[in-house]
Amino acid sequence: MAAITTDSHGHAGQGDPNANYLNNKKGVMSWLITLDHKRIGVMYLVTVLAFFLFGGIMALLVRAELFSPGRTLMDPDTYNRIFTIHGVVMVFLFIIPAIPAALGNFVLPIMLGAKDVAFPRLNLASYYLFVAGACFALFSLIDGGVDTGWTFYTPYSTTTNGAVVWMVFGAFIAGFSSILTGLNFIVTIHKLRAPGQTWSRLPLFLWAIYATSILQVLATPVLAITLLLLILERTMGIGIFDPHKGGDPVLFQHFFWFYSHPAVYIMILPGMGIVNELIATFTHRKIMGYRAVFISSLALALFSFLVWAHHMFTSGNSEYANMVFSALTFLVAIPSGVKVFNWTGTLWRASIWTASPMLYGLAFLFQFCIGGLTGLFLATLATDIHLHDTYFVVAHFHYVMVGSTVFAFIGGLHYWWPKITGKLYDEATAKRAFWVTFVGYNGVFLPQFVLGSRGMPRRYYDYLPQFETLHRVSTVFSWVLAVGLFWMAFMFIQSLRNGKKAPRNPWNSAGFEWGSPNPPPLENFPSQPTFNRGPYDYHLATDAEIAED
Amino acid sequence: MIHFFIPQPASFDLPPPISSEAPQIDWIYNLIYYVSVFFTVVITGLMLYWVHKYKRKKGDKRVETPHYPRLEIVWTVIPIIFVAFLFHIGFKAYLGQTMASQDALEIRVRGQKWQWWFTYPNGREAPNELYLPVGKQVKFVISAVDVLHSFYVPGARTKKDAVPGMYTTMVMTPTSLGDTPVYCAEYCGAPREGNPEPAYAGAPHGGHSAMMAMIHVVSQAEFDKRMTEGPSKPEGLTDAQWGAQLYKSNACVTCHSTDGTKGTGPSWKGIFGKPVELNAGLSGGTGSATVDESYVQESIRVPAAKVVAGFAPVMPPYSEQALSEKQIDAIIAYMKTLE
Repeated sequence: MAAITTDSHGHAGQGDPNANYLNNKKGVMSWLITLDHKRIGVMYLVTVLAFFLFGGIMALLVRAELFSPGRTLMDPDTYNRIFTIHGVVMVFLFIIPAIPAALGNFVLPIMLGAKDVAFPRLNLASYYLFVAGACFALFSLIDGGVDTGWTFYTPYSTTTNGAVVWMVFGAFIAGFSSILTGLNFIVTIHKLRAPGQTWSRLPLFLWAIYATSILQVLATPVLAITLLLLILERTMGIGIFDPHKGGDPVLFQHFFWFYSHPAVYIMILPGMGIVNELIATFTHRKIMGYRAVFISSLALALFSFLVWAHHMFTSGNSEYANMVFSALTFLVAIPSGVKVFNWTGTLWRASIWTASPMLYGLAFLFQFCIGGLTGLFLATLATDIHLHDTYFVVAHFHYVMVGSTVFAFIGGLHYWWPKITGKLYDEATAKRAFWVTFVGYNGVFLPQFVLGSRGMPRRYYDYLPQFETLHRVSTVFSWVLAVGLFWMAFMFIQSLRNGKKAPRNPWNSAGFEWGSPNPPPLENFPSQPTFNRGPYDYHLATDAEIAED
Repeated sequence: MIHFFIPQPASFDLPPPISSEAPQIDWIYNLIYYVSVFFTVVITGLMLYWVHKYKRKKGDKRVETPHYPRLEIVWTVIPIIFVAFLFHIGFKAYLGQTMASQDALEIRVRGQKWQWWFTYPNGREAPNELYLPVGKQVKFVISAVDVLHSFYVPGARTKKDAVPGMYTTMVMTPTSLGDTPVYCAEYCGAPREGNPEPAYAGAPHGGHSAMMAMIHVVSQAEFDKRMTEGPSKPEGLTDAQWGAQLYKSNACVTCHSTDGTKGTGPSWKGIFGKPVELNAGLSGGTGSATVDESYVQESIRVPAAKVVAGFAPVMPPYSEQALSEKQIDAIIAYMKTLE
């Protein structure tokens, strides 16, 4: 019994078996004004990878300066501008859009058995808003730069010279890209599921995207208003954050983190979503506790709105407020723990293939343990007061944002590469590059926990000699990480140039997106599919569906 | 160069605890650490073991994933109990660092780019270095002059942000004699050009990272002596030599070079006795002045009165409590030697 049936009516494009979304129209304009979610996803992918490269080079410069105490490469003011742009580019221009807008755009309609998203024109508009926002933000680099850190705390951000307004305005515009994409995805998931795809047959990646989209729609407007207030404060001196005018600098922190805490769940939820797909495919099992896993995604989205002031335990809030936020922050740890136990449990008595995408999924499990558990030190008031604003926090968030989300993104890129490009990459190279990346990554950030607990504050240009050894280790491993990532990039470029043609289902997955050819035709499936099973029902999938071709 | 001794960490992760509140916080830190290591090892270990044991083989059956609702409840409830416990002990220990007793020693702390100023109960003021009597609870009353800073004492496992327009408080009871550093832990920028010397000699460079101070925990007797004694010239030094020390220890070095380089303030090289053009100041003084003894004395006590043209009026005033007349005389003597 075929689990995915298609209707018998003919459809356009059925004539040429080699017709796909890449070759159906040619020329630059066919890309720039495309309404095809797959092409839009590819444009996002190229753009976010370019920003990842730029932000990564900034990181290498920061770590290079910190190789030795004293002046190594640059003056303090330059260093401050470099770490600021590293944060702004990585947060707003890479990690928030990367999984939802690049991979999500490509895969979501296919996983639903739909032809496209609900609002294709809005989708294209989202992309251009993103690019416009990025242009404004990057323009600030040539207009004096910004030295405030990516969090723009007042009064420093309202009184420092430099192009703060351009950068903040850029983030403001890019935020609308996020909101509209979220809206598009929510409507698509509600309205365009193929016949037979009930909510309990929804792939967990889409549950994750759904939860993320709710966060994007509800939280991002708060950032927009906050940034607008910052611009008004700088340009018109309205005084809302200025103590000399009766304003309160700490108010900015409340506004900023009310968005930015949900934002970190916008970053991690899609990563967790990808991990579900990787583990299911490469264990040939339905994720253990499917229900608990999607409920935990929704719970994380809800709770993420309640914990913002755990970024502010030392800001001067009352002990009572700190108590409430500490308690709520512990609550947020529970759904994450549930997911980790379910992922690990799925491995028991499974049928496991450690292909390159799975390696990234397994690394996620290890690194998310570290990232999540180090959050406990920060949720606990007594220890957070010591660790706040030290390298311990830097290490914590890089473990969840890079060690978890970016590793998931890279795993997803490997996993869906054959679908997006129709080509295979060299598997042996992929595994070698993985190991270099894994070792490099952990070597950069593990020492930073110790630097922090020993008292090394964040955003420091220079440090006392006692901190030199750990800084030096961290910097050297940043070079190893760079080698791993560049090696992987060259591998992908080689695949584009002369990679082997990908079969229909290279990973023997039962996922719905593997039911269509690689690369997919313009309308994703030869004809409207019907789903008769769930995406992880390996015991119901036929051998023909699981086979490579 | 002032030499200060920072002892080796008492544990691998943490600096030596110097306050009565710190050991309790370290205990909680270590508890979380061991629980975290345990869980990470268990999860990673199971992952590695099962990935190896259940490697895909030809003929593997594709089956349904089994359901264990009771197990799922257990692994939800046990973490809830653990985090509730952690919240409780964390909150309790935290309160110990925030509630001061009535007879705590009150120290007023002001942060500004890029140095810390301390005021003792008897009105005495000093930048960069703070003396505290061992065994006595201290209540810091903290504020900032310009932007956010954060008063961080790693040895006491405590910090509090310095916020302009607001007073914040922080409590600690130092129990170890010796020196313990203070770092600024809230990003506050750096000098726009170059890489000038930090206010506290031997501190790192770079504005925010240069904003270090040193707490000297001394005996009650020594503390009392320091509070009553006038600051006097050290044995065997000339006035000019004492002035050279004061130039560093009172942070003049942060803004005034001695080699002609323009900083936040004018260089002292060759400036004594020179006529200078002025910006408009507090007392409406414009035009020009000569940098004589009277000018220097006024510019230390009321810096905004006569600001040299081309410089911003950002110098903090040094009151009688911060620099005595004798100390100003020594600084003037030093300036005269800087041809």
